[in-house]
Amino acid sequence: MDNSSDGTSTTKHKFMLFVSGMSVKSGHAIENLRRICDKYLANNYELEIIDISRDTEQAVIHQIVAIPTLIKTNPDPRRIILGDLSDKEKVLRILNIRE
Amino acid sequence: MQEQSKSHSFIFPKTPTGVDGLDEITDGGFPKGRPTLICGGAGCGKTLLSMQFLIKGITEYNEPGVFMSFEEPSEDLTLNVKSLGFDLQKLKADKKLVVDYVRVERSEIEEAGEYDLDGLFIRLGHAIDSIKAKRVVLDTVESLFSGLDNQAILRAELRRLFHWLKTKGVTAIITGERGEATLTRQGLEEYVSDCVIVLDHRVIEQVSTRRLRIVKYRGSTHGTNEYPFLIDEDGISVLPITSLKLDNEVSSDIVPTGLPGLNDMFQGGGFFRGSNILISGTAGTAKTTLACYFANQQCQNNEKTIYFAFEESPQQLVRNMKSIGVDLQQHIDKGTLRIHSSRPSLNGLELHLLTLRKFIKEFKPTTIIIDPISNLITVGSEHEVRSMLVRLIDMLKANNITALFTSLNKQTDNFRPDLAEESVSSLVDTWITVRDMEGIGERNRGIFIVKSRGMGHSNQVREFIISNNGIELLDVELGPQGILTGAARQSHQFKKTMSDIKLQNEINRKDREIERKRKVLEANIEALKNEFESAEEELSILKATEELQEKLTSKKEK
Repeated sequence: MDNSSDGTSTTKHKFMLFVSGMSVKSGHAIENLRRICDKYLANNYELEIIDISRDTEQAVIHQIVAIPTLIKTNPDPRRIILGDLSDKEKVLRILNIRE
Repeated sequence: MQEQSKSHSFIFPKTPTGVDGLDEITDGGFPKGRPTLICGGAGCGKTLLSMQFLIKGITEYNEPGVFMSFEEPSEDLTLNVKSLGFDLQKLKADKKLVVDYVRVERSEIEEAGEYDLDGLFIRLGHAIDSIKAKRVVLDTVESLFSGLDNQAILRAELRRLFHWLKTKGVTAIITGERGEATLTRQGLEEYVSDCVIVLDHRVIEQVSTRRLRIVKYRGSTHGTNEYPFLIDEDGISVLPITSLKLDNEVSSDIVPTGLPGLNDMFQGGGFFRGSNILISGTAGTAKTTLACYFANQQCQNNEKTIYFAFEESPQQLVRNMKSIGVDLQQHIDKGTLRIHSSRPSLNGLELHLLTLRKFIKEFKPTTIIIDPISNLITVGSEHEVRSMLVRLIDMLKANNITALFTSLNKQTDNFRPDLAEESVSSLVDTWITVRDMEGIGERNRGIFIVKSRGMGHSNQVREFIISNNGIELLDVELGPQGILTGAARQSHQFKKTMSDIKLQNEINRKDREIERKRKVLEANIEALKNEFESAEEELSILKATEELQEKLTSKKEK
C-alpha cells in the first residue's frame, strides 16, 4: 500500500511458518513476520502457521530441520529462511521486498 | 580369583550388533541405550554397517529401528541394500523400520536470527515413538554442517541431540566422515564418547583391505587391534580374533593319507585327526596329486572336504586327477567334496581367511586342503602371511579340522628353506617333502617325512612313480652309495641279475670240475689197484715157485 514496490504490491505473498509449540523462538518468529508483513505487504499476503509438534507429517513433507522455518511459496523463487526473523533487513532482502 | 569374581558380578548392558564377528570383538555389542560413533573415510562401509545393525536388530532381536539419512534418499538406500538381501520395503510395511531422509540444501536456505533443531528432534521423536524403536542410526549427521551456517547453534544442538537420544533410551549409531587430524571432520567424538569405532579402507600393493578398530569403549573390555572385515553378499563380517591360548582339544584318531605306501612310513599309519600337514616341494613334484589322494581318501571315509585350489579350476582338477585314476567327481556329486577355486590376488589375505571361515561355518568340513598356500604370499608380506596363517591354523585347530597345505618351493641349491616353508614349517604338525632327484639324464621323484609330531616315522627317501594307475611308492633299493632311484635303480637291478647269473655259472663250473677231479682220482685209484693186484699176483707166483723149489730140494735131500 504505502512504500511497497510495484512488483510486490500486485502479487500475493504466500508464507508457511513452521513452529514448534510455544517455544520462545517460535513466538518471536511469528511476531517478527507479522510485523514485516503488516508493514510492507499490508493485506496482500497469506500466512499459514504450522505447529510441527502437532502436525509432524508436515515437517517430514517440507523437510523441516530447524525451528522456526519460514518458507515463501509465492511468488517465485521459493525461499527458505531459518531463524526467528529478528534481522529485519536480511529478511526483506531475501524476500525481495523493498522498503 | 578375586578379580575374576569381580568382573563377573556386573555385566555391562549391551545391544548385539548382529554383525558377524563384531559382537565378539566388542564383547557383546554396542553400549545399550547410548550413542556409538562410527567414523571412516568415503566408501569404507559406514552406512552399510549401521544399516546392518538396524536390520539385524529387527530380524534377529525384534528391536525396531529408525534410519535417519542425511545423505541418501530413502529410495536409493532401499536399492543399495537390496543387493545385499535386505528388503527395506517389507520391514517398513511391517512397521519395524522407519527411514527418514533429511535434506538440507545449502543453496535454498538463508538464515536470519536464532533457531534450533527442534524440527529434527520432533521428526526423530515421532519416528521412534511410532514404531517403538530401540535402535537409531543418524547417517551422516555431519552433513548438517555443510547445510547450515551457524556452527555455534549446530554444535549446541548436536550436544543436546545426543543427550536427548540417551534419555530416550535408544541405542544409536552416529556416523561421521573422517577428518584430517580428528576422527571426524566436525569433531563429533567430543559429543559421542561412549564408544568410537573407526573404519578404514587401505590399499596395499593393489590389494584393498577394509579394517575396523575400536578406539574407545567406556565401561567395557574390547579388542584393541585392527580387525579386517569383509563386505560380501551377506553384508559385513568381521574377522575372527587370533586366539591367544593354545588349549584346543586334541584327537588321537588317525586319518589315512590315501596312499598305502605313505601310510607305512608313519608309525601310526596316517595323520592325526585335526593336525596340519604341509607338503612342500618344487614345481611338478606331484604335490597336488598327493593332496587329491588325501581328499579322495577322506571323501571315501565320508569326511566332508573342502579343496581350495588357487591354481586350477575345479573342472581342470577333476579332469587331471581322472588321468591317474582318481575320481573326484563322484565325491562332488555326493556332496562330500567341494572345490573352491579363486585367484589369490582376488582379494587380500584376510579376505581369503574370511572366505574360509564362511565356508567352514556353512559346510562344516572335517578336512581342508589349500593348494598351494605359497600362492597367498604373493598378496601379502611375510609378516602378514605369517599372522594370517597363525590365525588360520588356530581356527582349524579350534574346529578340529584336518588341514593339508601344499607349498611350492623355488628350486635352489642351498638348503635354506624359502619364505613359504619358513613361515609355515614351525606351525604345522606334519611336514612331508617331495623333491626331484636329478642325475644321469633323468628326473625322479622322492618323498620323505621331515617331521611328524607325536608319531614315529620313516627316515628314508622313498621313490615314487605316477602312472595311469596313480601313485606308487617303490621299495627301497640300496646300492653301494645309498638309495638308488630311476635308471640307477634299474641298472643296479640289471647288474645284480647279471652277477647272480655269473655266480651261478661259476658254481656250476666248479661243481663240474670237482666231478672231473673225482673221476680222475677214481681212475687213478683203479689203476693203482690194478697195479697192486698185478704186483700181488706176481708176488704170489714167485712165492709159489719158491715153495715148489723148496719142496723139490727137500725131496732131493731126503
